[in-house]
Amino acid sequence: MSQDTLVFLSIIALLLPFLGFVLLIFFGRKRLPRQGDLIETGLVLGSLAISFVVFFNKILHFPEPIEWKFEWVNFGFVQNWGEMKITLGILIDNLSATMLVVVGVISSLVHIFSIGYMKDDVRYSRYFAYLGFFTFSMLGIVLTNNFFTMYVFWELVGVSSYLLIGHWYEKKSASDAAKKAFIVNRVGDFGFFVGIMIIWASLKTFNFAEVFAGIEQGKLSGGLLTAAGILVFCGAIGKSAQFPLHVWLPDAMEGPTPVSALIHAATMVAAGVYLTARTYAMMSADALTFIAYIGAITAFISATIAITQTDIKRVLAYSTISQLGYMTMSLGSGAYVAGFFHLVTHAAFKAGLFLGSGSVIHAMHHALHKVHDHHTDPQDIRNMGGLRKKMPITYYTFLIYTLAISGIPLTSGFLSKDSILAGAFAFGKLSGHVLIPLIGFFVAGLTAFYMFRLLILTFHGEPKRKDIFEHIHESPKVMTVPLVILAVLSLWFVFGPNPFDASLTWVEKYIHKPKSVVPHAQQFEFNLPKVDEGVSITEYEHALHEAHIPAMLLSLGMAGLGILFAFLTYQWGKISAEKVAGALKPLYTFLKNKWYFDELYQNTFVLATLGISKFARWFDLKIIDGIVDGSAYLTKLWSFSVGKFDWNIIDGLVNLLAYITGFFGYVTRLLQNGKVQTYIVYVVFAVIILFYIFIG
Amino acid sequence: MLKNVGLEHFLIVSAILFSLGIYAVVTRKNAIMVLMGIELILNSANINFIAFSKYSTAELSGHLAAIFVIILAAAEAAIAIAIVLNIYKNFLTVNIDEIDNLKR
Repeated sequence: MSQDTLVFLSIIALLLPFLGFVLLIFFGRKRLPRQGDLIETGLVLGSLAISFVVFFNKILHFPEPIEWKFEWVNFGFVQNWGEMKITLGILIDNLSATMLVVVGVISSLVHIFSIGYMKDDVRYSRYFAYLGFFTFSMLGIVLTNNFFTMYVFWELVGVSSYLLIGHWYEKKSASDAAKKAFIVNRVGDFGFFVGIMIIWASLKTFNFAEVFAGIEQGKLSGGLLTAAGILVFCGAIGKSAQFPLHVWLPDAMEGPTPVSALIHAATMVAAGVYLTARTYAMMSADALTFIAYIGAITAFISATIAITQTDIKRVLAYSTISQLGYMTMSLGSGAYVAGFFHLVTHAAFKAGLFLGSGSVIHAMHHALHKVHDHHTDPQDIRNMGGLRKKMPITYYTFLIYTLAISGIPLTSGFLSKDSILAGAFAFGKLSGHVLIPLIGFFVAGLTAFYMFRLLILTFHGEPKRKDIFEHIHESPKVMTVPLVILAVLSLWFVFGPNPFDASLTWVEKYIHKPKSVVPHAQQFEFNLPKVDEGVSITEYEHALHEAHIPAMLLSLGMAGLGILFAFLTYQWGKISAEKVAGALKPLYTFLKNKWYFDELYQNTFVLATLGISKFARWFDLKIIDGIVDGSAYLTKLWSFSVGKFDWNIIDGLVNLLAYITGFFGYVTRLLQNGKVQTYIVYVVFAVIILFYIFIG
Repeated sequence: MLKNVGLEHFLIVSAILFSLGIYAVVTRKNAIMVLMGIELILNSANINFIAFSKYSTAELSGHLAAIFVIILAAAEAAIAIAIVLNIYKNFLTVNIDEIDNLKR
């Protein structure tokens, strides 16, 4: 298995889902068997198998990154620039190999789950086609080696997200949500684009490796380098729903639940984190601080909102935003591997949480249909309760996911979250930005609280609506098997032998924090390597190691507190949620209404844009059209006067000429009066005259 | 006192006759009057011939010409009368002002 074979295989893995998309979009609805769902799922599973092959071969046999480049377009020598060309290609390093598998696994499981969940849907084959298109685009982001195709695929996943959120576009809320997702993403993409342009202008290349090399040579530094880093991160702010562009993700829950699992939990939103990880080497200390704060703020805001939400998918959406904030915060605070590790573990348990909620919603839907109730919301947890008795598989897998996201030992989530918090701890200690770890630990507590709140209200206790509860039953195997698989993937042994020690996981072993190419003056002191007894280690790594135990204890403590409060309030009824909400009414309302972000954006940006377009319309209608109509009027006037001129004057002259001619003719005609005697007179005169001329 | 009658007197008389004849042709409304004018013209031409013949020595061609003219005048008068008769038959008038079919 050579390097070229791996590149070739990865390209196949990239294109198989695209083939599925093409087949299903053109032939799916009428000509393929079962509208092509098995074909598409098969192709994605094939892609996954190839991704596994690439992954294992890369990890085990090729420690160095494998890159394949080709020149796409060459503009030749351009003035003031040099040779302007764009090279594209594929980069397979441990990071992208791992992502290949993550994307492949989650996508395949979502495909399988969808066969059950989307049964009898009105646009079944189109759904699967778009799932394939999304998988293709996401793999494109993962495999690319340059900013150019990264941006292309970035936009493509945005398009896929739009198409899939708006799958049930008959509902206005769904189509609005799709538009919101795309437009908010666009804002982030604009920053991303400007960042890419700064890089292109300074370094004359899009290729990651060449960009890093160029920065190391000092071609891009100072404020501009920080700006480029932050702007590129703006793309991640949009795509990964970080503050302030997080508002699209909760609305995106309008899409089918498997879509939420695939795109808005595990993969697409992780693309922003992936981008940050890819471009980590070029982030200066200021940029990293910015990233860390954005992550922390995001995690905080969304966790506070999550504790008030009653729609099962909304809770999970805010939880996703919060966990993405964790990942971002982790990367910003220098715990690179921890952030990526969390991306991988989060993909499994968040996808599981969403698919589990999909199972619940599916069951609720059926039950409501059976009792002919079309008004109750099947996603409202206030209508649930006690479901664990009727849906055991869904319940136990959901429990495992909840334990993982809360960071309880023996789960994958514990290992990754722990590493993040240790990194935040070390960062806070060394840089003085203590807010970062403070928020990190507090949110850990909140996370445990609201996730267990969700679990308890949905599955424990007595059913709130006995009439619906009657008809609840477990989902079919095609839906529960993916849940079980994801639950297994949320346990510790998938990653390492020791449930308490993240450093033994294959993630820590094979994923390495890239060496920063930022000039030393712009890096944190503690990130610069110092040689200590022959081993080069940074102060940060040292602090990280020291922080491990305290962070673990603190995070377990916070998680425990969160779970305790959740049980006290919702399971044992010792604390009344209503009383607390009532006592803190303004705060509760503020949180329930999502910190009023949507209202803020609506009244500023949206209204401003609508105002501008109203003005533009007025301008176009009254002034532009006025000018056009006016000129048409002038032309009419002109042609009218020219016509009159032509009619009266020109024709008058012509008529005059004719009249004169006629007059002369009339006069001359008088000579011919038909009288012979007159003619004789003429003859006589003529003779006299001739006589005179010739003889006289 | 009266001069001797010379050639010029005859010529003047014939010229006067000629003009009177033209006047008759051009002015008269009656076709027969026009014919009379024509006769006058012819006769004035005759006078010219005779005068020249008389006053040139041993040349009698003028006399001959005059005889020719008299004969031709007679013949032509006969033809002209016939034409006028036909005109009368056609137009029922001999007022040549009314025979203006050649007018536009």
